[in-house]
Amino acid sequence: MTDDLKHLKDMMTAATPKPAQKADDLALAMKNFDDLQNSRQGSVDEPRLTSDRPTNRSGFTAGVFSMLNSLTTRGTLTVTTSIAALGIGLFFYTQNDLSGFSSNPDQSPEIVKDTALTLPNPAPAKPPAAPTVVAQSGASNTASSNPTLGKIAESGATSGDLMRETSTEVFAAESPMLMAEPAPVTASRKMAPQAATGLSREIAAYDDSMIAPEVPNTEAFANEDSNPVKITSDDPVSTFSIDVDTASYAIMRSSILNGYLPDPQSVRVEEMINYFPYDYPAPMANEAPFKPTITIMPTPWNAGTQLVHIGIQGEMPALDDRPPLNLVFLIDTSGSMNSRDKLPLLIQSFNLMLSQLRPEDEIAIVTYAGSAGMVLEPTKVSDKSRISAALSHLSAGGSTAGQQGLQQAYSVVESMAKDGEIGRIILATDGDFNVGISNPDALKDFIAKKRDTGTYLSVLGFGRGNLDDATMQALAQNGNGQAAYIDTLSEAQKVLVDQLGGALFPIANDVKIQVEFNPTQIAEYRLIGYETRALAREDFNNDAVDAGEIGAGHTVTAIYEITPVGSDAVLNDALRYQTTDAIEGSKELGFLKLRYKTPGADTSQLLSTPITADMNNITDDVKFSVAIAGYGQILRDSKYLNGWSFDDAIAFAVASKGDDAFGYRAEAIKLMRLAKSLDAN
Amino acid sequence: MRMEVTDETLAKAAANGDRESFSFLLTRSYDRLFGLCFRLMGTHPDAQDLTQEICAALPAKLQKYDGKSRFSTWLYRVAVNAAHDKRRKRATYARATDGWGDWEINRIAANEETQDGLDWLTQAMNTLPPELRDTLALTLEDEMTHKQAGDVLGVSEGTISWRMAEVKKKLRALHEQEQTS
Repeated sequence: MTDDLKHLKDMMTAATPKPAQKADDLALAMKNFDDLQNSRQGSVDEPRLTSDRPTNRSGFTAGVFSMLNSLTTRGTLTVTTSIAALGIGLFFYTQNDLSGFSSNPDQSPEIVKDTALTLPNPAPAKPPAAPTVVAQSGASNTASSNPTLGKIAESGATSGDLMRETSTEVFAAESPMLMAEPAPVTASRKMAPQAATGLSREIAAYDDSMIAPEVPNTEAFANEDSNPVKITSDDPVSTFSIDVDTASYAIMRSSILNGYLPDPQSVRVEEMINYFPYDYPAPMANEAPFKPTITIMPTPWNAGTQLVHIGIQGEMPALDDRPPLNLVFLIDTSGSMNSRDKLPLLIQSFNLMLSQLRPEDEIAIVTYAGSAGMVLEPTKVSDKSRISAALSHLSAGGSTAGQQGLQQAYSVVESMAKDGEIGRIILATDGDFNVGISNPDALKDFIAKKRDTGTYLSVLGFGRGNLDDATMQALAQNGNGQAAYIDTLSEAQKVLVDQLGGALFPIANDVKIQVEFNPTQIAEYRLIGYETRALAREDFNNDAVDAGEIGAGHTVTAIYEITPVGSDAVLNDALRYQTTDAIEGSKELGFLKLRYKTPGADTSQLLSTPITADMNNITDDVKFSVAIAGYGQILRDSKYLNGWSFDDAIAFAVASKGDDAFGYRAEAIKLMRLAKSLDAN
Repeated sequence: MRMEVTDETLAKAAANGDRESFSFLLTRSYDRLFGLCFRLMGTHPDAQDLTQEICAALPAKLQKYDGKSRFSTWLYRVAVNAAHDKRRKRATYARATDGWGDWEINRIAANEETQDGLDWLTQAMNTLPPELRDTLALTLEDEMTHKQAGDVLGVSEGTISWRMAEVKKKLRALHEQEQTS
């Protein structure tokens, strides 16, 4: 049996993948080490996982990292799957060089001295004799590498080209090619059939890290595959929840302004369309709080199809007699918020918003991660200076304090509630959702329960690199709120000033759309966007199923691409063994149904209207939204565009720009031009 | 002239705030740590996650290293405990995520695909009860004696030997099962 174990061990060694992220993990550990040394404050037992890295590496560590980069990269490219061949490094230094060890600019000498236990750098463990050689071994025995040490040391002089940065220390990094020869480790590869694919994946990963080693990216985006073309006779009913989020557009802008096209996964076409205010016909008094307007128009990217454009305009209630607002800012003050486009922008944004509130509105501020708990008791906006002062005292840093941030925010908002007032939590974060409940289901239940008590939860995302768009969406959807991404002060102006009413005052909850197409008129249809908002057909009438909210003055747009019966553009052939009963009857294209609840109500109301071919009042608003729909699909690499290009989208958008009082459309056209240039690269 | 600084010396210097010692120590321990994490978790992504978490927490944890046990023993104990936490969270998480938003379902589906790709070796390890699996993961380490594995897991040398006998018994049973099926 011992042989069996030996066998097992060999196999396990062979199956063990190469650690692909060593440099990242080491950088993370060093950062936490520095954090710990620099700030011995708060709870140190559970340092939070952060994707931050030291901004500058110099001296000794720079050498170590460049050595490791070279080592592991080359090591992967050679066929060394065994850990025995890994991590063999060698560096030596002379006493003269010891002074270089403390050349970490981040570490202020005063702080080091304050730390009672700190030993003087360098550690006394390092003997003064020069040159001192320290052999570093990975999984292999040091003894086995002894014979090669001399060779390695000799080769050190020539392997300097492995270093990407020069440093005062002298390093000798052994080339993995050298090691590959004495280590016959490839024999057992065949035991791990998927090792080869794993290896190529790793190589790909390494290639990325070679191109941009400094960019950790833990962003997660919520998206689904593009909606497919549906055959009307098979599946005549399309059901979805409305979506007034705009985060996807702002993420696209931030990507393009940083010089790269957005990740197709981050593009949600409906959010790009709904980013813009449109001037659809508004509901009359005594009508439903919003009004749908349907337009049929030719599809710009396909001569054989048409678009059914559904524009929903929310009413703009008189805000003068609105009930007072109770707002709780739940602010992430984790260390990763400490960059220019995060906490400072957040503070500026909230200050902008203060000017839009009324004196009797109340604001409280709760922070999580880092500094603790409630930093501002509920305060009337009339005491603006106190609120501004509390905002400006927010600072990022420290380790996770395990605050029950979200629970606290909800209990604060409940304590502020009086009859008729609207309570809302605005969660602002860069993607660290360590809000106190870590179990996603418990978090969802918690938010859903609080949603039923009438408190809304909106999420504002800041900064890039750690952005957890998926969780943002999930939280805001469950909390009856909106998710928006704030990348610039002007975006803060749009979300928190110009469209504050929509962001803060819901006029209709759980708005669902269901469209039934008439198979005698429409052969095929496709909903553009709303992939993440699809609902089951039976959920439409189920008031227990949550859906999206419409705020005061919001506009929501949904666009279907439809293929009339008999068009050349029909994608699916008729079936040979199915009888097609040609039912003569209605000339309607379809039937639109909307369900919504008035705020506070538990039962929904129904709005319905037929879709007919004579609805063809094509306004600039409609055309511009179609241009954006096309642009979004280009970014998603949609296959339904028949070669429709950025140029076409730009021309279409320019022709329908309209008044554009706030300049949002002009900005969009600028971004489309940039995207086109980036795409050409 | 060559000289090897022991892990323990480096660990103590690192606990006292010496940056280079910490960097050096972690760099040379990393691959062994990763290998152990892989054996404990069974999949590459899980091993990466676990290793990252351990690296992130290590500076703070190192404050508690008292130098009484070997550093590797101590580090493996940290790893085994972290693996336990992770498996426990995973179990809670898997139970809890029914019906969580679409994005979550997709993510879990992606994870399951990875799970499907497990080769029989890790599947075999997965059939072992957790304590046997930890024992096996540790003893497959180079030069790890039953006594050291016992130190890591906080049980006696005899217990480890008994567990290894159990492991062998189970693996033999599994092997026979495969032969007959």
